[in-house]
Amino acid sequence: MAASAQSIVKPSNTKKRRHALFDLKRIKKNWRLYVLILPTFLCFLIFSYIPMYGVLIAFKDYVPVLGIWNSPWVGFKYFNQFFQSYYFWDLIRNTLGIQIYGLIVGFPLPIILALALNEMKDGFWKKFSQTITYAPNFISVVVMGGMIIAFLDPSTGIINHAIQALGFQPLAFMSDPKWFKTVYVLSGVWQGTGCGSVIYLAALAGVDPALHEAAIVDGASRVQRIWHINLPAIVPTMVILLILNVGSLFSMGYEKILLLQNPLNLSSSNVIATFVYKQGLLDGQYSYAAAVGLFNSAINAILLIVVNKISRRVSDNSLW
Amino acid sequence: MHANHLIKDTRGDKVFKFFLFIFIVLAVLLVLYPLIYIVSASVSDLQSVNSGAMWLLPHGFTLEGYKVILNYGDIWRGYGMTIFYTVSGTLVSLALTIPCAYAISRPDFSGKKWFTNFMLVTMFVGGGLIPSYLLIRALGWVNTVWAIIIPGAASIYNIIVTRSFFQSSIPWEMQEAAIVDGATDFQLFFKIVLPLSAPIIAVMALFYGVGQWNSYFSALVYLQNKNLYPLQMVLRQILVLQDLQQGAATGATVTQSAAQAAFSKEQLVAVIKYGVMIVSSLPVILVYPFLQRFFVKGVLIGSLKG
Repeated sequence: MAASAQSIVKPSNTKKRRHALFDLKRIKKNWRLYVLILPTFLCFLIFSYIPMYGVLIAFKDYVPVLGIWNSPWVGFKYFNQFFQSYYFWDLIRNTLGIQIYGLIVGFPLPIILALALNEMKDGFWKKFSQTITYAPNFISVVVMGGMIIAFLDPSTGIINHAIQALGFQPLAFMSDPKWFKTVYVLSGVWQGTGCGSVIYLAALAGVDPALHEAAIVDGASRVQRIWHINLPAIVPTMVILLILNVGSLFSMGYEKILLLQNPLNLSSSNVIATFVYKQGLLDGQYSYAAAVGLFNSAINAILLIVVNKISRRVSDNSLW
Repeated sequence: MHANHLIKDTRGDKVFKFFLFIFIVLAVLLVLYPLIYIVSASVSDLQSVNSGAMWLLPHGFTLEGYKVILNYGDIWRGYGMTIFYTVSGTLVSLALTIPCAYAISRPDFSGKKWFTNFMLVTMFVGGGLIPSYLLIRALGWVNTVWAIIIPGAASIYNIIVTRSFFQSSIPWEMQEAAIVDGATDFQLFFKIVLPLSAPIIAVMALFYGVGQWNSYFSALVYLQNKNLYPLQMVLRQILVLQDLQQGAATGATVTQSAAQAAFSKEQLVAVIKYGVMIVSSLPVILVYPFLQRFFVKGVLIGSLKG
């Protein structure tokens, strides 16, 4: 996701003069290119666009035998049910709490790591540091979940052994709700910081060495050069990633949190995504779960548009 | 890296260098330690691991865990299924990514912007979990391998990275010359462009392959038949679900016999858990050197302007 930031900007940035959307003569000449794109087009049409139509069940009482179209309309019944439920604010608080915590801790670290790696001399140690710090990115989420559970075990986990060695009582990280968010966020930082620094390093590689040479001649220190040359060079990337991150505050993934959730930490680990999964797929309340999911994506879309607008006004950087 | 060795470091620079050094060393150690710990724990005896006597290097060397893993049928069936999903899924993904990316890379392809946006929109807007599940169910794909291989096979991000590769690495003038010589778009793609695209095909195969190898969520949603479970689902049972019983046992009302039954299972989990982490990640570890190089390159290609 992080890495996609710059490429998304591309199509919208190159606004040229307006061509006709489709040019019949060229279509006839290049029909084979349409054959090449057809399977992919169908794949997106079926697996991404048909579910968008399927969202209609959020406004209906979905009965599988009747199908989506013939199920009776119920308007905003399920949305109201969700807004008035006792867990509504808990879900919002947990979702936002984890995401904002993750953003505050997780956003600056890749930048600092990239700036630091960029200062290292090319050679073995730089390569070594990069190889090691990127590695966790490729560990599967299930192994990651297993590691967290194993390391944090109150009686056998290495982290609790360390805590005891320092003279403290072991902590029940996985069953005490107040630790859940920290565990989730810090394990994410451990796994994602190296990978997140790659895109900044790519931007730093584009800095003209002549700028540094000129600054050295003018007597600028290293810190000054990082502050006045390197940092400004990655600001556009930072802004784009910040927009994407803030815009996706509500689009929390299911994968890791489902693995770490248990009945004891539910009060702080129950988020919108896992709620949709449980209501819809485990309890079969399709319409209700779809309504909650739709509410979630609607907030997401609004957030993305607002953040993008603010950013365009303030900094000239925007997704579109 | 910049020509700063020509000028003597100031005092401030030296202090800065020191902090830089500390920061990098700290970051590397923080990442490295858990990885070393897993390797050591997988070949240490249970007692030393659980008591904390083993904290860095193997203690009480034993291959007990690996022996149990070797005889654990579910793991190997999962391994077989994951290899199948990874190979077939990667092939489908490549077949959907490379030709499409080539088409939208062509400057004379009318509608390239429309197609690109059509696909890009799905990054931000979607039906969500439930409508997607209902679609797969309506197709009759629940509990079939299709549900794992097909729905997420094409990634718009990877398509755009591949398009950027075609735009920047395969000169359009050369292709135009072939067109003038009477080559059709198929001949151009299969005979000229594809043979020059080995690097991007390798990158994409690695990206999609590792993604498929590591994923569990679509199997969790679409598969109930345990014979179809990929490795990650088997791992989830071992690493996550069985540990959970222990958590529940310390909670409250559990009968003695249930607690005892959980304990023996728990022993088994404890013996094999670090070993299965390694065994399951082995293929990814083996391709990691390539992966890392291409990964950086992929980001670079993806972030090229225009």
